[in-house]
Amino acid sequence: MKPIKIFTSRTVVMASTNIDTDQIIPGRFLTTTTKEGLGKQLFSDWRYNASGELNADFILNQPGSQGCRILVAGHNLGCGSSREHAPWALLDYGFLAVISTQIADIFRNNSLKNGLLPIVVDIKTHHWLIENPGAEIEVDLGSSSLKLPTGISVQFPIDSFPRYCLLNGVDELGFLLSKDTAISKFEAQSNISQHNT
Amino acid sequence: MLKPETMFEKVWAAHQVVPETADTPAIIFIDLHLTHEVTSPQAYSVLRERGLKLRRPDLTIATMDHATPTRTSQVFGGAPITIDSAANQIRQLEKNCAEFGVELLGLQDARRGIVHIIGPELGITQPGKTIVCGDSHTSTHGAFGALAFGIGTTEVGHVMATQCLLQNKAKTLAIEVKGKLNIGVTPKDLILAIIGQLGVSGGTGYVIEYRGEAIRAMTMEQRMTICNMSIEAGARAGMIAPDDTTFTYLRGRPRAPKGANWDAAVKYWRTLPTDSGAIFDKTIEIDATSLVPMITYGTNPGMVVPINGNIPDHSGDPVFDAAMQYMGLTPGQAIKNTLINVVFIGSCTNGRLSDLRAAANVLKGHQVAKGVTLLVVPGSQEVKREAETEGLDQIFIAAGADWRESGCSMCLGMNGDTVAKGQYSVSTSNRNFEGRQGVGARTLLASPETAAASAIRGCVTDPREFF
Repeated sequence: MKPIKIFTSRTVVMASTNIDTDQIIPGRFLTTTTKEGLGKQLFSDWRYNASGELNADFILNQPGSQGCRILVAGHNLGCGSSREHAPWALLDYGFLAVISTQIADIFRNNSLKNGLLPIVVDIKTHHWLIENPGAEIEVDLGSSSLKLPTGISVQFPIDSFPRYCLLNGVDELGFLLSKDTAISKFEAQSNISQHNT
Repeated sequence: MLKPETMFEKVWAAHQVVPETADTPAIIFIDLHLTHEVTSPQAYSVLRERGLKLRRPDLTIATMDHATPTRTSQVFGGAPITIDSAANQIRQLEKNCAEFGVELLGLQDARRGIVHIIGPELGITQPGKTIVCGDSHTSTHGAFGALAFGIGTTEVGHVMATQCLLQNKAKTLAIEVKGKLNIGVTPKDLILAIIGQLGVSGGTGYVIEYRGEAIRAMTMEQRMTICNMSIEAGARAGMIAPDDTTFTYLRGRPRAPKGANWDAAVKYWRTLPTDSGAIFDKTIEIDATSLVPMITYGTNPGMVVPINGNIPDHSGDPVFDAAMQYMGLTPGQAIKNTLINVVFIGSCTNGRLSDLRAAANVLKGHQVAKGVTLLVVPGSQEVKREAETEGLDQIFIAAGADWRESGCSMCLGMNGDTVAKGQYSVSTSNRNFEGRQGVGARTLLASPETAAASAIRGCVTDPREFF
């Protein structure tokens, strides 16, 4: 995973509330066995019409949205299915961060583990972002802040451990593997039924 | 005296390998890892890339359910699986399980089924365990007093490699269900009413404990329906305290503890319920006695109305307006008598034997309305066999239904069992999101009783008319 420190991009706004992971990537595309190439199916049912052509009305298909790396979504982004294909698709398409006032637990976790920054902001900041699509935003993970073109800087919450992992481009599995001794000790002591047969 | 604890806190504390610090989340041990074909391939790839073993094959079990065919000819008859990529995923799982030593209940195995149905059936879902699966409806297993939640594929890999997860402790939400459910009102109606009250993000960050008289009166299968849909309110896990109903269900299951181990297990399980005086971060109350059968009208499970009620009118609210446009329904109209095309009875929410009995009880002696397709998909092969032993399959077939092999099927349409564009489906599953059951499909979530009654009339129908 590449380290994330600071980046600047224009935003694309999808103001709908409760954008669920079935919309981000419909279930029929989950028969893949790799993580790659899901970007072309991102928001498939909104992005393409019945004949498979790009739907010109959909925001991601409009000229101004090209090259945008930050998706501003309505309240409660990523609810529903645990499919990690949702952040894989967003990353493969080119997004680096998603912003909402609330982000569903599993989607947020999945995003952090893949280097897609899930950013939760207050209602006032969110309102400004929704009202100003295409705004050029600086995301600084080092200071956990967004800088708006108005000059205003807004802090966003992120736990210290995923933040450390993202800043340094390390994944969490290495940390877990380093706790092998503690895990073995736990396994030896636990009295909970530990077998399936 | 020790500080009173919630059931969640007890299970959490018993599984802390390393406690949370200022800089790192807690490391939690996982007692049972359920896996399936759709969310595991990329995790096995990580093990291979890093040269890692799967740490505890004895705590891991695999089945195939999401993208598997439900036609008997394709499951047992050697007919080709229609979707090539789904067939490939099945072969990939077989290969991965063989290579990493994981027990697989494969396509033709008599114990195969939806992963959340077979865990309890086998008796590996037990009180006090931590249970995870790369599937958000893992919350189902909380009905036994387990801490069970869905994870993504990266975390599936973490559990495979270390049998542990990095986790921040959730907050606790008590849902106190006051009074008893009326006759004709099911656990599905109760959980839909709860989600309607809480909203689809009201449970985010919480583990729910369902409590109260109506919950205690439920069978295990009914409790599973309740816990199953916790995620639809945003909560990753839902739990119900284990009691004699739980122990009676588990006793004698193929992989439940036996003999002295059983006695020791029950003794431990009896310590799990929330202590009196324990404090939840939040408590909400639901009056069970006022509930009637419920059905959804919109594009998330919180958009729900009593079956004898009207669709609300929130015109001007973009979520509501978009849902109305997608669903082709009119604000303020009665939901009853809405014409339908498809009825789906099945899924990890309502695909167990008691659900099929409830549906058959309504359908017996009736015919599915002309032009309506009724698909009945048992939750597991065991459910299918039991239903056939009781003759439920004959009731369904006589009514004009399509009786299939087990799997997730039309709940998410991955295997090709889909609802056509613009068609209305009354479904006993858990999600009515846009396109969930097929591109442009319009889903109304309801109980098996409501689904069966609606299949007979060809429109949304109050099942109490058939009691």
